[in-house]
Amino acid sequence: MNIFPDFKSPIVDATNNAVNALVEGYGDTFNEISGSILSVLLLLENALRAVPPVVMIILIAALAYLASRKILFTVIVAISLWAIGALGMWEQSMQTLALVLVAVLLSVVVGLPIGIMSASSKVMRKITMPLLDLMQTIPSFVYLIPAAMLFGLGKVPALLATVIYAVPPLIRLTDLGIRNVDDSIVEASRAFGSTRWQILLGVQVPLSLPAIMQGINQTTMMALSMVVIASMIGARGVGETVLLGLQRNDSGLGLVGGITIVILAVLIDRITQSYGNRIQRHRSEGV
Amino acid sequence: MSLIEIKNLTTIFGKNPKAALEKLSDNSNKQQMLAETNHVLALNNISLTIEAGEIFVIMGLSGSGKSTLVRHINRLIDPTAGSVLIDGVDIVGLSRKELLELRRKRIAMVFQRFGLMPHYTVLENVAYGLQIQGVKSSERLDAAKQWLERVGLAGYENQYPEQLSGGMQQRVGLARALASDTDIILMDEAFSALDPLIRSELQDEVVNLQNTLGKTIVFITHDLDEALRLADRIAILKDGNLIQVGTPNDILLNPADAYVEAFVRDVNRARALTVDTLMQPPELRLTAETIGGALAQMRRAQTDIGYLVDDGKYAGVVTRDALEEAIKEHGAGHATSEVADETHAIAQDTAIENALQTMLDSEHPVAIVTEEGELAGVINQQDVGEILAVSDKDEKSEEKEA
Repeated sequence: MNIFPDFKSPIVDATNNAVNALVEGYGDTFNEISGSILSVLLLLENALRAVPPVVMIILIAALAYLASRKILFTVIVAISLWAIGALGMWEQSMQTLALVLVAVLLSVVVGLPIGIMSASSKVMRKITMPLLDLMQTIPSFVYLIPAAMLFGLGKVPALLATVIYAVPPLIRLTDLGIRNVDDSIVEASRAFGSTRWQILLGVQVPLSLPAIMQGINQTTMMALSMVVIASMIGARGVGETVLLGLQRNDSGLGLVGGITIVILAVLIDRITQSYGNRIQRHRSEGV
Repeated sequence: MSLIEIKNLTTIFGKNPKAALEKLSDNSNKQQMLAETNHVLALNNISLTIEAGEIFVIMGLSGSGKSTLVRHINRLIDPTAGSVLIDGVDIVGLSRKELLELRRKRIAMVFQRFGLMPHYTVLENVAYGLQIQGVKSSERLDAAKQWLERVGLAGYENQYPEQLSGGMQQRVGLARALASDTDIILMDEAFSALDPLIRSELQDEVVNLQNTLGKTIVFITHDLDEALRLADRIAILKDGNLIQVGTPNDILLNPADAYVEAFVRDVNRARALTVDTLMQPPELRLTAETIGGALAQMRRAQTDIGYLVDDGKYAGVVTRDALEEAIKEHGAGHATSEVADETHAIAQDTAIENALQTMLDSEHPVAIVTEEGELAGVINQQDVGEILAVSDKDEKSEEKEA
């Protein structure tokens, strides 16, 4: 006796029909969206690649110094960047960096408001939290297929897949940070006649900034870990090198790509972390 | 019309306060409501009035509802039933915009845990109320600077709150409340987190500020000594019920029930009570300018002692013995003031503790004089003894019962 009714075919058919309908009916719209996202991405990518490597190394090292105020750290950052160039991965790294930066920017634009809303509304939290679980666990290929159909192969679906995978930690940490802001400070702000916006922008967001920074850091790391998968649907960059190594059974090439990703990840992580630590230290100095 | 009038205020916390309210009867209490409906009866039918310019202290132990009550005055908490009138306007009915205006212009607040913004400097914190009101940056920082000086923290403008001690942080909290230039200030256990020395310093500061600025201060505390020290009037809360409202002397001398009595038992009465609470009318106000006249006045009043009043002012105590002796020596035409003994007199607002020495030095009931030097009455040493002995008596009877 078969106790299972057939849920599979209706879901498969409905989804395929819906995607097809979207592609047929709104293909132009999606192309336009895709085009505008692509132009931003290309603008940044071209800018990063246009800067001579020496200048770029100096700029990033300066950024590292501003974030940490440590000489040794700055020197290590510069050497790591030089090593990427020496591995022959400079161009690819700049492409990846552009993709990651735009993905993080999009994640902040989307994630911060959602995190704030779910911190202030129980209903919103009940909706977002399971959605976030879904986004973090569902294999990215599942939404890569329809995304590629709608936006075409290349950078844009890769970017969307990256955002979907990378935005949950930012939402979670924003939500947590805002709910952990000392109630008595929020109450004081209310007592002096603050509007909701004044409480949000003047108290809640600044005071949860360490958590939000942590969230942005996590989002950046996760975005970086998506580059290999992104390269499978045609995004250029370091991921492409790894993929090539895999396809050609070229372990050496794969290793070079892998090392580059690790160096990029560690650099971005340390720079954003030390910036986050510095704003926290400023707040608790003298305790 | 009173400045603040709280009428039949009932507040219930829980899932469905309105439904719980319907089950509330005249003799409901907190425990009963919790057991029957799983709702917390935070305030039960509270009515009281607060006059402009007074320091009104709301006192109770933790869980009595005092902090909840004070938060109804600026509607940080909405009541389940009842009304809060400020200048006759029920603020429970205010729109969001009117409510913000009320919090900005009429009522400032000082918090137990300071509630300072950790990411703002001390100066920016003091200017916070003005910032919320949209006052220009330079203007509000100038104003904040003046208030910071006023509370004795000049020079700390650019520090962050966490770099300051608790007492200093609360001075910042006080300056922030003052900077909004409201006529009402709510102080929720403002000094409870501070050590005793700093606390009494800040208590003096509050009394000073109230005297010079004429603010209406609603002060929440669990500490009776603090209440007695600051209050013009005290309200005592217990389990959400208002037990007694009165002046400090009322509360000490006529506690409404056993709960208040237990509260006031440990109070140092000699310190908390002023001499005028025990004041009696003088046996005789002597007005005769000559000792002959004075003696005649004393005989008519059938007494051996009189308090000389000259031109409306108290001029000394006169006994019959002294008069008779003086008549023998100088004749009846001698001036009464020559005989009067002016050494012992107590100002009206002196604490009993501080008047004890004078009272013990004098053989007669001691004159109490007003600020203008008029004779207000006398205080009898025996009455003082009785009132100070009361607490001992209570303790002894308790020991016997045990």
